[in-house]
Amino acid sequence: MSARDDILARIASALRDAPVAPAIPRDYRRATALTGEQRLAQLVDRLEDYKANVAVVPAAAAAVTVAQLLAGASSIVVPEGLPSSYLSALADLTDDGGAPAVLVDSPARRLTVAQLDAVDAVVTAAAVAVSETGTIILDGSPDQGRRIISLVPDRHVCLLTMDQVVEVLPEAIALLDPTRPQTWISGPSATSDIELERVEGVHGPRTLDVIVLS
Amino acid sequence: MSGTFLGMPVFGTGNLNATEPFPTAAHRELGNAQLRANLGHATHTIRDKRLKVVSELPDWEDLRNAGSAIKENVMARLPELLETFEANFTARGGIVHWARDAREANEIVTALIRATGETEVVKVKSMATQEIGLNEHLESQGIEAFETDLAELIVQLDRDKPSHILVPAIHKNRSQVRDIFLREMPGVDPALTNEPARLAEAARKHLRRKFLSAKVAVSGANFGLADTGTLAVVESEGNGRMCLTLPETLITVMGIEKLLPTFTDLEVFMQLLPRSSTGERMNPYTSLWTGVTPDDGPQNVHLVMLDNGRTAALADGMGRSALHCIRCSACMNVCPVYERTGGHAYGSTYPGPIGAILSPLLTGITSEENASLPYASSLCGACFDACPVKINIPEILVHLRGVDVDSRRRAVKVPSEMDLMMKGAQWAFSSGKHLGLLEKGLPLGRLAAGRDKLIKKLPGHLAGGWTQSRDIPAPPSQSFRHWWAANRETKEQA
Repeated sequence: MSARDDILARIASALRDAPVAPAIPRDYRRATALTGEQRLAQLVDRLEDYKANVAVVPAAAAAVTVAQLLAGASSIVVPEGLPSSYLSALADLTDDGGAPAVLVDSPARRLTVAQLDAVDAVVTAAAVAVSETGTIILDGSPDQGRRIISLVPDRHVCLLTMDQVVEVLPEAIALLDPTRPQTWISGPSATSDIELERVEGVHGPRTLDVIVLS
Repeated sequence: MSGTFLGMPVFGTGNLNATEPFPTAAHRELGNAQLRANLGHATHTIRDKRLKVVSELPDWEDLRNAGSAIKENVMARLPELLETFEANFTARGGIVHWARDAREANEIVTALIRATGETEVVKVKSMATQEIGLNEHLESQGIEAFETDLAELIVQLDRDKPSHILVPAIHKNRSQVRDIFLREMPGVDPALTNEPARLAEAARKHLRRKFLSAKVAVSGANFGLADTGTLAVVESEGNGRMCLTLPETLITVMGIEKLLPTFTDLEVFMQLLPRSSTGERMNPYTSLWTGVTPDDGPQNVHLVMLDNGRTAALADGMGRSALHCIRCSACMNVCPVYERTGGHAYGSTYPGPIGAILSPLLTGITSEENASLPYASSLCGACFDACPVKINIPEILVHLRGVDVDSRRRAVKVPSEMDLMMKGAQWAFSSGKHLGLLEKGLPLGRLAAGRDKLIKKLPGHLAGGWTQSRDIPAPPSQSFRHWWAANRETKEQA
């Protein structure tokens, strides 16, 4: 008998008393009670609590904000589907050796681990954000790219639009496609492993910049 | 079907057994003042953080009720959910393996690694692989496993054992960690300080090359979502993301009880788990994957579904809910016993209140020294209050004490000391006359107590064991019943 059949038979035997599968009470909050403005304030508060850097700017200022954050970077990586408008002000950088080289990770031309390890930052969009927990969720859509590109660079610049910000986790879950590879990000990499005190900066990006386009 | 397991639970093996009775181990660990100071500091820090973030949520109890019901649902529907999960994970390119016990799981993982031709793997912290002793097995097969979680790394470098399921190095303070790094980490900066941020940075440097060149990773899983075939790993440092994203081959070992019926159920558990474990609103990173994603992450994806005693625990109708555990560790952080003895005293991979029920349920109460674990509690109930899925740990502890006593009664035909004492109690409490006769002996107890009015040592194994760590106050000169008879009754008649 295969291990599979054996284990399933053991389970059947263990459940001979035929326990009832109870109905699941879902009395917890599943929809927002906050206005858009309150959600934004909450998201900023939570992200800053995690030691992420947050900027709330009008959509028209996205490119300038990205350029200001990346001043001094010599190279960055972006997914192929990132709106080019986000990067349009990089060329205007004049100080510190000018604009960074922009490497595009595309299905036709995949960057190697070594290339990703050498860049200063990655710029991506996001799928959805949860204000109550300060969580940004990436699902590998073309404007977010493969999981590896938002992991290996030491700095992650992430752009969100206001309509992507929900308050509670159940609202985000309802918007997500479960079969896409997901990465939920709540602040920069951190650990509580020494004396249960949280310190930021271990293996993931040590700097997380979030730009919310209002 | 062979009839061997019909009704006969098959117990788990591996690192689930205490090798000495809890009182012996606890006695030794209590002698370590540094350990107690480290644990006291860490558990109190996390308690305060947990309380703060839990009190923020107006619907915490609603979430606990939902979490408890979902897990009860999983246990009742386990065969169906396992088959659904398997079908969905397989449909998306993942390969599912089943392991009856620790030995079988270790052999499957070893064969999968061998097939890649690699002799090194990176590991994400996982209780299941700790439980089956995977690292030791791989070492014996010439495969080196590198733990990448900071606390696991500390424990592995120090050749120590984990003492907590969330923070395996909770028994070490920052200076001890620095000393371990200075001693064991090749190329470490000799000027390394004991600041946690500097220590984390040292771990980053140490593991970076390993991550970027690893071809095989081994992980556990926090949740398996049946309706989509999705696996989830919850972590903080990014070592999990590294292991789940960069290698070509990913091998995950997951207990069969880790399923949730639907992807939607994650909305309950991802609110319960981070707040209960690290006291954060959300952990820094959670990764979800469903089989293979073409062109993104490992293309060779395996899952080993592990029994190792879980079906035996499931067969115990009273103890079954111990399988609801999501390994948050809130119960250990609030436990007055764990806080003083630390995790090593419990022997098993699973320490603290949940370990005191889970370990004997997985191995059977008669296995080695695990019978002492259900007694490693004052039954104060703090664990039950803290448990995000409402496992009634005190009730199961009492149930398992009963199972232990029954199993001894069956094993030994001669009446035990406990049997004799119970017989005596039965006689004494069966009639007022009997009790009155016994109560006349109270002054004898006062005599035995002596001038400090404390009885320090009782004879016999049971009573003697009880007084090993307690003094009994001297009994009163007369019983309440005698006093009542002498005073109240006569006065009322008068």
